[in-house]
Amino acid sequence: MVKVENLVKRYGTNYALNDVSFEIGEGEIVGLLGPNGAGKSTAMNILTGYLSSTSGNAYVGGINILEDPIEAKKYIGFLPEQPPLYPDMTVLEYLDFVYELKGCKLDKEAHINEILSVVRIGDVKNRLIKNLSKGYKQRVGIAEAIIGDPKVIIFDEPTVGLDPKQILEVRNLIRTLGKRHTVILSTHILAEVQSVCERVIIINKGRIIADAKTDEITRTIEDGYRYEAKICGPEKEVRAAISALHGTSGVSVSGRDGDANIYVVEAASGVDIRKPLFLLCAGNNWPMIGLTPVGTDLETVFIRLVDSSDSSGGVKGKSRRNRREER
Amino acid sequence: MIAIFKREMRGYFTGVIGYVFLVLFLAVAGIVFCYTTLFSMSADVSSYFTLMLIFCSIMLPILTMKSFSEERKAKTEQLLLTSPISITSMVLGKLLACYLIFASAVVFTSLYFLLLIPYATLNVSTLLGNIVALLLVGLVFISIGLFVSSLTENQLSAAIGTIGIILALLAVGIISSLLPTSFWLRYVFDSLSIFTRFSTFTNGYFDLASVIYYLSVAGVFFYLTIRVYDRRRYN
Repeated sequence: MVKVENLVKRYGTNYALNDVSFEIGEGEIVGLLGPNGAGKSTAMNILTGYLSSTSGNAYVGGINILEDPIEAKKYIGFLPEQPPLYPDMTVLEYLDFVYELKGCKLDKEAHINEILSVVRIGDVKNRLIKNLSKGYKQRVGIAEAIIGDPKVIIFDEPTVGLDPKQILEVRNLIRTLGKRHTVILSTHILAEVQSVCERVIIINKGRIIADAKTDEITRTIEDGYRYEAKICGPEKEVRAAISALHGTSGVSVSGRDGDANIYVVEAASGVDIRKPLFLLCAGNNWPMIGLTPVGTDLETVFIRLVDSSDSSGGVKGKSRRNRREER
Repeated sequence: MIAIFKREMRGYFTGVIGYVFLVLFLAVAGIVFCYTTLFSMSADVSSYFTLMLIFCSIMLPILTMKSFSEERKAKTEQLLLTSPISITSMVLGKLLACYLIFASAVVFTSLYFLLLIPYATLNVSTLLGNIVALLLVGLVFISIGLFVSSLTENQLSAAIGTIGIILALLAVGIISSLLPTSFWLRYVFDSLSIFTRFSTFTNGYFDLASVIYYLSVAGVFFYLTIRVYDRRRYN
């Protein structure tokens, strides 16, 4: 449904996108994951015909977006990072406008009513957009994107700035949409991809560093965890004891919290060291006052993913070259 | 295109700009009409239209200033540019909305001249020629305004820039009048000057070359506006 070939976008000497290729089939929900400035928005803007690429091709529904933008855009519903709303219109007037702008052929009233109920903004349909809360504005933006029932829906960071409840609602909404549409969403939140997407493409510094099923990525991340343990007790002995524990591959002290030391404990691949660690401390009468996993931030994930793709080949990507650049 | 046209018209009249423009236009036209005809006991249309031309060079930039700059600032242009419509129809929709407001004000205020019929013999063809000329110059000014508005996201800069370009185009006529009559540059300036060409109409001649000139200048700026959007994608 969506195909991107060797996409390059250059601003002066900076590469916003550097040789990006991927293909997305019909009905997939794909997450574009990457830190801010990784090139996610650029990729989406090129895909929707808002920007052109320096080189490479983008196809939507088999149509080249640069060669026949008007035809290709008929396949796309796009919610940019900042929803493109006119504050001086009411919700209904705005949706009416978008409906006409996209030149839809569906039954207008039924279609708009359906969208109002899908994104649940029926109760504010007669209010001016400028008076709506951020969450409602975001949903009006989503409504805009799905007007005309486009085959491909593209969301650029759809949950930024929403409160936790709204975030859950929007994610549920996207999951629902994914049943009938191809959905591409960008985010820098790992959990979002895990909860919504079937497949994830990870971008960093304009390059794809991983492209795989979400559960594969999740496995890679959770395999071999690092924990931060706060333990009261003589530092030297505690360290020695933890190192001797079966399944630990490294211990270091990263700081102090009251009379406890903070130990960063690295577990070997596939071993859950939490229970033995607890029992060890309990047995020695060293009170453990905290145990938290660390290393699920994006940067660490990148390194992990690149490492795992090197060793197992389980994750596709151009990892070796990228890792060198990362470091 | 129709969707954008409708949305623009709404935009003018849900905000204040549409009303401010119409109120000022009607008020100024009324005052100018009183002074140039009723108070000076004349049925001559030339001074009315000359003054209205100068007034339009300041008022029309205010009408056009927000067209593209506001969309750019609010990021709503992203919706327009990712919708299945061409850039040409986007620009055309905006141009038509602006022009309709302006043209209806011109046509409406021109009805004032009907008041003179009982008291003087009105040269109807000169009057019509002048209305057409003002409508054409307005089209030029609006195209310039839309072009400048597409360059910036600051409405004020758009208005001031447009007024600047229009005044420069008017000044060409003044410069040429200062040059010696036989100097070749004078001929060039005269044919480029909006003002000199306008005075042919106020003097009662319908000059087809000038009509073509106005349409071409408007066309050039219309094309440039489209190019601005086309080019921005490549940067």
